[in-house]
Amino acid sequence: MSTVAPVELDQPGTDEAISIDRPWVVIVWNDPINLMSYVTLVLQKLFGFSKEKAETLMWDVHTKGRAVVSTGPRERAELDVFRLHEYGLWATMQHDE
Amino acid sequence: MLKRRKPPMRFAPAANGRFSPNLEPHERQFLADLPRQLRELLDSDDVSLRRLFPTAYHQDPERDAEFQRLMREDLVARRTETAKLLERTATADTLSADDMTMWMTAINDLRLVLGTQLDVSEGMELDELEENDPRLPQFAVYGWLSMLLEQIIQALMGQSGME
Repeated sequence: MSTVAPVELDQPGTDEAISIDRPWVVIVWNDPINLMSYVTLVLQKLFGFSKEKAETLMWDVHTKGRAVVSTGPRERAELDVFRLHEYGLWATMQHDE
Repeated sequence: MLKRRKPPMRFAPAANGRFSPNLEPHERQFLADLPRQLRELLDSDDVSLRRLFPTAYHQDPERDAEFQRLMREDLVARRTETAKLLERTATADTLSADDMTMWMTAINDLRLVLGTQLDVSEGMELDELEENDPRLPQFAVYGWLSMLLEQIIQALMGQSGME
């Protein structure tokens, strides 16, 4: 990188700004141990989903291997991941693609 | 329409929103012993615990190490607490809904460790094992814990109207 070129500090829309604003997604992954009824109940309990919504997500996890269960800022996503880990679900977080 | 006969209810609704566990003495003994064994394991770095402390940032090992450093202690404390409650209430006549939720997570923790030790795979059935398979007793415990968990979930869903 050149040290000579001027840097426009106040210019918005840089890559860095985009990556900060980009929300995080929390993903629950399929695993062979957790029961389908258990996953459904935990999603209802933690996120206040209706039974239908929780079951749809559970089936996505079961058949597609994963489902996004929440989206938001990093702190929020970390809390959701922690709560899912408390219940023994296999949850990870990453930047929205 | 024909109704499928349901297995006997292991957690029947009782007065004041409580539940009455229908368990044999030897089952209650197991439910007191297993959490104690889990608690002893929780302070170790035994590989069978990995499902209890999953990766959070699977694309970013550095951030994940930080996450684990901050959260692991809380998770161990939480799991110790639920294991202790199960141990303490294994012989109780009735359980509150909160107790039942703690039983649910404690029993699931036991299944996660046992299932990892047994390397359980999707759709695996107990009757697929050979008669002399040394893992048979552990698989029987795993299956029994799964049955209890399913019944706790049905009891809780029935009560809360989440069904």
